[in-house]
Amino acid sequence: MPEHLQPRRPRRETVTHASALGDRPAPRLRTRPPHPPARSEIDEQTTLGHTYVRSLMRSQLRTGLTALGALALLVGTLPLLLALPAPELLVWAALGVGVYPVVWAIAHWYVRRAERNERDFTGLVER
Amino acid sequence: MNQTYAVTAVTAVVLATVLIGALGLRVSRTTSDFYVASRTAGPRLNAAAISGEYLSAASFLGIAGLVLVQGPAMLWYPVGYTAGYLVLLVLVAAPLRRSGAYTLSDFAEARLESPQVRRLASLFVVGIGWLYLLPQLQGAGLTLEILTGAPDWVGGLLVAVVVTGTVAAGGMRSITFVQAFQYWLKLTALLVPALLLAAAWYGDGAPRARFDAPAVLREHTVVRVADTVRVGLDAPLRVAVTGTVDGVRYEDRTVTLDAGTHRVGAGTVLALPAGSAVPERAGTGSDDPLGWSQPLAGGRDGHQLYATYGLILATFLGTMGLPHVAVRFYTSPHGRAARRTTLVVLGLIGAFYLLPPVYGFLGRVYAPELALTGSADAAVLVLPERMVGGVLGEVLGAVLAGGAFAAFLSTASGLTMSVAGVLAQDVLPSRAVRHFRLATLLATAVPLATGAVATKVPVADAVGLAFAVSASSFCPLLVLGIWWRRLTPPGAAAGLLLGGGSALAAVMATRAGLAPAGWPHTLMAWPAVWSVPLGFLTMVLVSLATPRSVPAGTPAILARLHLPEEFTAPVPAQEARR
Repeated sequence: MPEHLQPRRPRRETVTHASALGDRPAPRLRTRPPHPPARSEIDEQTTLGHTYVRSLMRSQLRTGLTALGALALLVGTLPLLLALPAPELLVWAALGVGVYPVVWAIAHWYVRRAERNERDFTGLVER
Repeated sequence: MNQTYAVTAVTAVVLATVLIGALGLRVSRTTSDFYVASRTAGPRLNAAAISGEYLSAASFLGIAGLVLVQGPAMLWYPVGYTAGYLVLLVLVAAPLRRSGAYTLSDFAEARLESPQVRRLASLFVVGIGWLYLLPQLQGAGLTLEILTGAPDWVGGLLVAVVVTGTVAAGGMRSITFVQAFQYWLKLTALLVPALLLAAAWYGDGAPRARFDAPAVLREHTVVRVADTVRVGLDAPLRVAVTGTVDGVRYEDRTVTLDAGTHRVGAGTVLALPAGSAVPERAGTGSDDPLGWSQPLAGGRDGHQLYATYGLILATFLGTMGLPHVAVRFYTSPHGRAARRTTLVVLGLIGAFYLLPPVYGFLGRVYAPELALTGSADAAVLVLPERMVGGVLGEVLGAVLAGGAFAAFLSTASGLTMSVAGVLAQDVLPSRAVRHFRLATLLATAVPLATGAVATKVPVADAVGLAFAVSASSFCPLLVLGIWWRRLTPPGAAAGLLLGGGSALAAVMATRAGLAPAGWPHTLMAWPAVWSVPLGFLTMVLVSLATPRSVPAGTPAILARLHLPEEFTAPVPAQEARR
């Protein structure tokens, strides 16, 4: 893992909701506590920790559904289009060649986006 | 076809498989090596192995045959096989890897904390695996029969023995190397002859073939019809017949067959003059022996669009639940690598699928009579001899034969590996390597024996059925298990049974001829369109009705599935289940 954590001491703080952490970054100390607070919330499976996980799940699901939507729109509608009287060459070009770069491009977009979601999440939690 | 070259090529492929397997054996020492290659396979090696495993004989031979007989609409098969990986990547890949489990049954148990659901999932894994293994073994028999005239059980037995040997000896580590090698072998074996054949086609004046009209023979052709078929003629046809047509016996007599349907007896030899249209096989009733080159089950009864969407849903959503596909994700070191691996896989199989249509097109031009004899699957194998001829033609044919055998071997190894993994964990008493080897034997022996008893199980049906069942059972389980926190064990079990069970029952009933003609037949032959939503709906509704059964550990396991690895304590491979 690229960003491995330096140990930090937990801050004493009563956390009431998620934004309390998002808005106020932990003070930077020379000697870092063993865990950043949000991280220990996740480790200890508190309600707040679950909220963090849910937010990651939501952003990943959104990304995934966007990719699936693109697939449905670009590939899933092809049978309808090809059911129209179309030159045979078009069928060959679309199904024999054209579909593959489209599928790969969607996959490439998804992988980059999903990794970015994870980086953003890591940044949010470890701040 | 010259047997020497073909036998040499097949022998070379088998030997290389065993040798590379033995190489893997030397580095495969621990139980973890055995099951998951110690999770050290890098994205490129792993992606080549996944692709090598996935591209079965249906891809290597079957797609070209389908295109030859039915035209470019059949290209939905390779498109579906590819897009299935995209859906898998988007919804499942990284969480499946992060679940830290090894088989789909492990995932079911880890997510739902229920041994019952685990057993049910194991049942489906083994069932789908055997459904998929059966056509691989039978296809191997068929290919060897075409190439060398050996009895049809020899090829299946050969593949079973080699696969059982390599898998039992080296486990996952050794088949990772073997399958990565076999991907490149298959690609080369298809690419090089394709280029030469395309050059020959161009040198021949680039003749075109029509797919919306009966194919036309380029030269005087003699065909032997192996099984009794009904053929349809659009126009009267003059043909020299030795055998029976419409119940009348002829001895080398030239007769004119009227337009309409005719029944050609088994073993009849037809001599067709150049320029005549190839009679088309008519009425694919359930008594017809089907090859890969037939639609999954009666796709041509006027509901083509529905059938296409049935195929799309089954392949797009079914890929993620195929046991040999799912098991491969555990060999990635972490979730991010699993995603990147899938991306490489999409590139590799996409590149491969550019080639089979070339053979399908050339087959329609140069060997259209294969559609009549019912051996369209052989198109890839006979084209070099037909188009190039001479020693070069024979060598190219042998290269393709070797590639086809690599296809049987690699897919069969992957399936054997995953079925054996489940058998070793859930049926046999311990996970010791000794029991894994016993399970391997069991995994191949059952489909081999079934194949010997039930000859001519339609290959495409078995593969299509595996996809449909997987899409209606494991797809809902994986997707809801990963993304929905209210899934309960009763919901999952009900969905697996109702979704997967109804898809299985519908196709079986169609095969048995129980489905009434028309829409009911189409609906039952292509179940995915309704059985996938049924599976999802059942899981959701039953889960909502049993809210008390939501497993206590759900939030923790969902966190593990979705959080990047730096947040979660590493789960050692050994502790995944016990």
